[in-house]
Amino acid sequence: MAERLSIAKALNEALRKSLESDPKTLLMGEDIGKLGGVFRITDGLQKDFGEDRVIDSPLAESGIMGTAIGLALRGYRPVVEIQFDGFVYPAFDQIVSQLAKMHARSLGHVKLPITVRMPYGGGIGAVEHHSESHEAYFAHTAGLKVVTPSNAHDAHWMLREAIASDDPVIFLEPKRRYWDKGEVGDSSDLPLHSARIVRPGTDATLIAYGPMVKVCQEAAAAAQEDGRNLEVVDLRSLTPVDFATLEESVKRTGRGIVVHEAPVFLGMGAELAARLTEKCFYHLEAPVLRVGGYYAPYPPSRVEESFLPDLDRVLDAVDRALAY
Amino acid sequence: MTVKSTARARKKAAPGVPDNLRAATGAAPELVQLLTPEGDRVEHPDFPLATSPEELRALYRDLVLVRRFDAEATSLQRQGELGLWASLLGQEAAQVGSGRAMRPGDYAFPTYREHGVAWCRDVDPLNLLGMFRGVNHGGWDPNEKNFHLYTIVIGAQTLHATGYAMGITKDGADDAVIAYFGDGASSQGDVNEAFTFASVYNSPVVFFCQNNQWAISEPTTNQTRIPLYRRASGFGFPGVRVDGNDVLACLAVTRWALDHARTGNGPVLIEAFTYRMGAHTTSDDPTRYRGSEETEAWKAKDPITRLKAHLEKEGLADDAFFAGVEAESDALGLRVREGVRSMPDPDPTLIFDHVYAEPHALVDEERAEYVAYAASFEGGEQN
Repeated sequence: MAERLSIAKALNEALRKSLESDPKTLLMGEDIGKLGGVFRITDGLQKDFGEDRVIDSPLAESGIMGTAIGLALRGYRPVVEIQFDGFVYPAFDQIVSQLAKMHARSLGHVKLPITVRMPYGGGIGAVEHHSESHEAYFAHTAGLKVVTPSNAHDAHWMLREAIASDDPVIFLEPKRRYWDKGEVGDSSDLPLHSARIVRPGTDATLIAYGPMVKVCQEAAAAAQEDGRNLEVVDLRSLTPVDFATLEESVKRTGRGIVVHEAPVFLGMGAELAARLTEKCFYHLEAPVLRVGGYYAPYPPSRVEESFLPDLDRVLDAVDRALAY
Repeated sequence: MTVKSTARARKKAAPGVPDNLRAATGAAPELVQLLTPEGDRVEHPDFPLATSPEELRALYRDLVLVRRFDAEATSLQRQGELGLWASLLGQEAAQVGSGRAMRPGDYAFPTYREHGVAWCRDVDPLNLLGMFRGVNHGGWDPNEKNFHLYTIVIGAQTLHATGYAMGITKDGADDAVIAYFGDGASSQGDVNEAFTFASVYNSPVVFFCQNNQWAISEPTTNQTRIPLYRRASGFGFPGVRVDGNDVLACLAVTRWALDHARTGNGPVLIEAFTYRMGAHTTSDDPTRYRGSEETEAWKAKDPITRLKAHLEKEGLADDAFFAGVEAESDALGLRVREGVRSMPDPDPTLIFDHVYAEPHALVDEERAEYVAYAASFEGGEQN
């Protein structure tokens, strides 16, 4: 393959390949048929695979999730699209209490190989409930796997692996990066739940995922001009977390900074910082710092740039970490 | 009429809520009944039912054994052997009638009170008790008996049932599904979404609502202003109200509904008009919210008494039969008591089993931590 695709197109191709390779794979969601989804991720798929496999659902998120569970019980492999991050909450019970727990409740008799795709994050000037980062809710729930790609190659291969997984996978798509292009290789080069060191460095480790990987790469490039050599790790999987890669990196650099759009308080960074502090205590030159959104509802878009971590806020944290 | 006066009118109208919503009042004329409380067989033009004496005796046996199992479970909870029990007392006919209407390939999605349906699907009663004892969260293989795990979050299973039925349609199979729920659940969003999906996709699912008049302490009038079966018409499929204490009517109507669904006609809503004779669960105290006269009135409609009266009147069963069922009931009681008391506690590492179908590093790590911690106590195990 090895083509240059946008993340949106790489996801579309992944869905197409999954539909081709397994007749039990179904897509369900609002407006995913003729329209191709509000972000066009399912563009053309209903035309090619039919209304029976690419299903325009009634406008009811809990209904979509609950019926996807029933279809999985009947032997299907549903891939659900939730139109926007902030629209998932009506389906919260079906995801957290039904989907996540069914395998354990049934002592392993029931598998629910369901992928829940959701665009998430801000930075596109959207109205309320269209810019949220809610990964911590799902990562906190045992029984769900949560992954998020940052580039086209990972978007393609991680989605195909998520669909192939026998566990429920929450697949978070960084919506502001949908149109970023990148090379999509012709095979997966890394297991689904492994982190990737996207830029090696020596002075501090920036840990990010989804939309913030690009911000951290830009911050690292800027820091390079100041003679600082930053490592950037793309977490990719939020549960399970590839702690081995993170620990190795932070032990080597002595400093860790976690960056995400979600509020810092009780976010992924809280868990990663606690964990790295415990595991890397004698190697740390500074506390593990966190950069993220504030403990406030996602703001009106005219001020979202002040809410979201950007290059300057990341570099500010780097300064603080290096000052210890 | 102005908005203001509408509000006033509604308040004024409250005492005039249709009589057929009320517990213990006659639900006629809509109610489908084939066996009167006195045990007389009556015919209904839309739901004919031919039954052999053997079938009638088998239904009686089911009702008695299910009630006995339920009574044993209540006792076991009182003795501290179960953490909780949700009794089905009074609802045996609704559950046995609908459960026996199913074909082997049909699938049931229960709430947490469908012990009688579980019985019909041949799920070992001890499996149900394991959940209420706290040794697992269910644990039976749903696909072995086509009986899904109990669902406690009210109404969530109706969507699973609908999705499963959508899958049946995709498979081109002629199976059908029953989604069980109660009068309280009829207010849940999930139930209304299930009605929508099932009707839009014309799915072969029968929504079987046991209106037992009480959602813990709230009467049906807290959930609806119209008889529940009429909700179906707003969604575009048939609704039928059946005497939920009449096992024959429940059997006939459910059999019709399943066939209606499996032959491509889409969903049906059945409202089985019945009564929860006991508490919501063993943690509940119904004396705080309902009077004994209501319960007494419903006692006169008992599902077992009326079938027994019918069998006796018609000379379809003799003393030896009734004695045989009684002996079988005693044996079941004994098996249940002994089975529960000897049920071993699971190893605590059960906590980590089956969290995921595939390996998960954190779960594996925490399991190892727990095992090492437990082994650090004297004797190798924490007491």
